[in-house]
Amino acid sequence: MSKASDPQRLLIAATSVPTLPRHIKLRHDAARNRWTILAPERVLTPDAIALDILQLCNGERSVEAIADALAGQYAAPKERILTDVTNLLQDLADKGVIKA
Amino acid sequence: MSEAARLENGGAAALEAPLGLLAELTHRCPLQCPYCSNPLTLERVNGELSTETWCDVLVQAAELGVLQLHLSGGEPTVRRDLAEIVAQAARVGLYTNLITAGVLLTQERLKDLLARGLDHIQISIQDSNAANADRIAQYAGGHAKKLEVAGWAKALKLPLTLNAPIHRQNIDSLPDIIELALALGAQRLEVAHVQYYGWALKNRQALMPTRAQVLRSAELVAKARARLKGVLVIDFVVPDYYARRPKPCMGGWGRGIITITPSGKVLPCHAAQTIDGLNFETVRERSLREIWRQSDAFAAFRGTAWMREPCRSCEFRELDWGGCRCQALAFTGSAANADPACEKSSHHAAFTAVAGAESQAPAQPFAFRRPSPAPGGR
Repeated sequence: MSKASDPQRLLIAATSVPTLPRHIKLRHDAARNRWTILAPERVLTPDAIALDILQLCNGERSVEAIADALAGQYAAPKERILTDVTNLLQDLADKGVIKA
Repeated sequence: MSEAARLENGGAAALEAPLGLLAELTHRCPLQCPYCSNPLTLERVNGELSTETWCDVLVQAAELGVLQLHLSGGEPTVRRDLAEIVAQAARVGLYTNLITAGVLLTQERLKDLLARGLDHIQISIQDSNAANADRIAQYAGGHAKKLEVAGWAKALKLPLTLNAPIHRQNIDSLPDIIELALALGAQRLEVAHVQYYGWALKNRQALMPTRAQVLRSAELVAKARARLKGVLVIDFVVPDYYARRPKPCMGGWGRGIITITPSGKVLPCHAAQTIDGLNFETVRERSLREIWRQSDAFAAFRGTAWMREPCRSCEFRELDWGGCRCQALAFTGSAANADPACEKSSHHAAFTAVAGAESQAPAQPFAFRRPSPAPGGR
């Protein structure tokens, strides 16, 4: 009984343009001196690499452009970075932290 | 960075400050759900904190390190100053979640709350079946109104969690409840087996599902999670009467969460007042920081020093923190005993047997959540 209007799982591709929905807050937590993702009933702590990726998710850059930007920062082949960025964003999308 | 999950649960690392504040703005509520988490003795309207005090408490909470505010009750929308409190929470940077039955909201008011900075709304339902839902809540037309409010949230793009307390008198509706969450456009669904404190403990016999029902609910949730990955997040809370290990109640006493009652009492958990001999200070007398750090009630069961055997030498003592103090007291007679939900507790067999026996017998009538008569009668 699947309808066309049923919500679908977001699948992250190189051309996806990811961003944080309005109700997800990436915020520096001064009391603990770390970055946090505030979500409904959840507080998540991104590590340094996840934080780099999230801060590049501005609703204008594609996943590929994010991987390009990170390739300058990390000494790793671009294909590898693109795969890792895609996997991380897919995981975040499944948690409802990323939309595209 | 090969593994996808580069996140950890922030709760584990935060020893020094609470992450969450549960603000019980009032104990007034138009619903009478027999599993309400409020204490049996409900606080009265004339003792409730003022708008100014709540606004000051929110500043203190943010300074202490609280990140998330849960505006709850009773029914928080009973308070006419809710919008001012939401605006203050947004001003001080708290992530603001409204936990509501929804039945008193209007579309205009919801829109205003969103404009003031509300981040998320959680609407409770009693069942997917309207007649049974309204019977459980003792509020005619309540279920239909909740669906309407959920529709407004969707139209306003306000993220919605549907909270469904589960027990023997609605557990067969679970597949329909999952479909309802999808149809309403909820991002999250809490399938929350009733936890047996307060009113739920009083009504335990009428609420307790059988072990087979609980196992089936777990299977249904596992299948739905796989099917709805990336569409609907489903949180599942099990009833610990059928568990082998206790849950880390509140993430550990005085570790991550503060509760403030309508009159300003500061509690490590919303049921903590059932424990005799603890003195709960109020935000009228002392700062939130001092109470969190120094009050005897928070110190009493914080960490592991208070533990007896089998907790004291248990390898899980810093994972489950001994489970729930209130449940230990209610079932074993001492709040310093292990939670009877733990199979290492000498009370565990009796605990499990109670659930088995009560769930098999015909359900007694509910004792609905109602204020006790005023002293001296009316």
